[in-house]
Amino acid sequence: MSDAFGFFVLLMSNGVMIGLMYSLIALGFVLVYKATDAVNFAQGEFVMIAALAVALSVLAAGAPLWVAILVGIGGMIAFGFALERVVLRKLIGRPVIAVVMATIGLASILRGVGPTFFGAGTKNLALPISDEPFILGPLFIPPIQVLGAAVSVVFIAAFGWFFLKSRKGIAMRAVADNQQVAMAMGINVQRYFGLAWAMTGIVSALGGIIWGNMLGVDVNLSLVGFKVFPVVILGGLDSIPGAIIGGLIVGLVENVAAGYVDPYVGGGTKDFAPYVLMILALMIRPYGIFGKRIIERV
Amino acid sequence: MIQRECGVLKTSYEADMALYPLPIARWTMGALAVIFFGILPLTLHEYYLSIANLVWIAVIGALGLNILVGYTGQVSIGHGAFMSVGAYTAANLATRLDSPWPVNILAGGLMAAAVGAVVGIPSLRIKGLYLAIATLAGQLIIEWIINHVTFISGGVQASIEVPRPRLGAIPLSSQRQMYFFLLVFVVLAIVATLNLVRSRIGRAFIAVRDQDIAAEIIGIDIFRYKLLAFAISSFYAGVTGVLYTYFLGIANYEQFQINVSIDYLAMIIVGGLGSVLGSVLGAAFVTLLPIVIRLGMEAFGGVFLEPQTVLNLIPNLRLMMFGALIIFFLVVEPEGLNRLWRNIRNYFRIWPFAY
Repeated sequence: MSDAFGFFVLLMSNGVMIGLMYSLIALGFVLVYKATDAVNFAQGEFVMIAALAVALSVLAAGAPLWVAILVGIGGMIAFGFALERVVLRKLIGRPVIAVVMATIGLASILRGVGPTFFGAGTKNLALPISDEPFILGPLFIPPIQVLGAAVSVVFIAAFGWFFLKSRKGIAMRAVADNQQVAMAMGINVQRYFGLAWAMTGIVSALGGIIWGNMLGVDVNLSLVGFKVFPVVILGGLDSIPGAIIGGLIVGLVENVAAGYVDPYVGGGTKDFAPYVLMILALMIRPYGIFGKRIIERV
Repeated sequence: MIQRECGVLKTSYEADMALYPLPIARWTMGALAVIFFGILPLTLHEYYLSIANLVWIAVIGALGLNILVGYTGQVSIGHGAFMSVGAYTAANLATRLDSPWPVNILAGGLMAAAVGAVVGIPSLRIKGLYLAIATLAGQLIIEWIINHVTFISGGVQASIEVPRPRLGAIPLSSQRQMYFFLLVFVVLAIVATLNLVRSRIGRAFIAVRDQDIAAEIIGIDIFRYKLLAFAISSFYAGVTGVLYTYFLGIANYEQFQINVSIDYLAMIIVGGLGSVLGSVLGAAFVTLLPIVIRLGMEAFGGVFLEPQTVLNLIPNLRLMMFGALIIFFLVVEPEGLNRLWRNIRNYFRIWPFAY
């Protein structure tokens, strides 16, 4: 195998793994959008705050890892319910800009809360897995990426089952489809809105643990949220399989583009290429690969 | 702005649309002009004048963004990038061609308008959330291009030094001179916006915002007016960028990152969407907030906390207050400071009589 081809395969495998980890974070966004039609511009900050909670439970409180993870997940569930109750319920029926700005405001608050109450230094979130990469021919695969990809796939499958088969999931789909009809069928719409935000909290906590282990936990962890938009636009804002496909596309494109273009332009292609792709997608197919097709010509 | 309408009868549309509905409105404007052109710049210290200058720059940008978001209903998270387009256009013209400031400001505005119209093209197909994300992409892409194309920015992380604007032979170097320079543009921007929104174009913008399908049916060319809104709004943004560059003395892409776009959105939300007075109040409020927090913490924070803790707390406190304010206004007073001002005014409208 030639070196050039090996390099390409390495970039591809890296892209697949990272892409699946993006899918996990994008899943949080999709869950909320699907159920409540609200967009969460604070997805990255959710991830950051959850990772901080887990890291601090281990480092400062000395809790065992599984307790810390439960604390993180439980805390994010409570946070999700509270957020829906206090802020977003009041914004139902208001223009898009209201919800967008509310979540941007929330992002700003979380960025301030993180360093104030959890300390500004970068914290190490250790998981009981080795740092030695698996070496398969030209491939170097860090175990954390394998774990991240596996968690993504498991949770996306779990949420797929939840929406297709479980009673609550079907009710949530009904809410997503038409809130008034769902209400008429005796579904407590507001409770399901809260549930959707809590589910986003769970996904964010898991994303936070995995990304926090990889990048270290501090405020900059929230920058991973910027990758959510290309992923969800490509896959379709309200589609769970779309989150996987979108994540894979973004992971592949950014890794391959960065591998070949970065040496010529001085870096930063990783953050740039997905957005170019997204603009193209918005022009050609704004509802994404799997998204609900709403045609409105004005 | 300040007027009591008790016993006023308007008999024509011209009277209803007039900028000064009553003589007292003219007098208040006169009084404000005396305060802002005379008393403030002659009495305030240079430091406070530099804060006032920041407010004036923000007012122009907020007015522009409000034309797009408040009046036309198109969301943009890319205004920081449009400002950087204006700033770098002017900086390059000033350093390469040594062109005078009127040329730079006009060129910066026009270049930003052109770029803004291009970024606005997706608005013809998509709206609401999708448009917000598309303009966010515009912000990130423009930022990247400016930073990485050496011809524009002079290299990654570089900044361009811009000579001070000159009036005749005098360079405007002190904050007091900048104050008058900027205030002229603020007055121009306010008057232009007030007149724009009561013209045919402004009414078309409002029609597009309220119900775009209905607007198209009554004969408004949506394609043209959406792009026009993007172009006009970006023109303001470009001018803001040029003025900010002149204020700082350098053009640097870090001054125009996404948080700037968000700051300006916060200004018009706090001030009031679709309101000229609201843009001014919101710009002042959001610009002054971090300064007030810093001064307040420096003065009183030491009472309860260690000095080092206070220093660490200030930027985070700013973020938290900023976010909390946006959410507070969205939930409690969606029409912003402009509405609060109207409530006060309405209370005094027929005061001291009960009816």
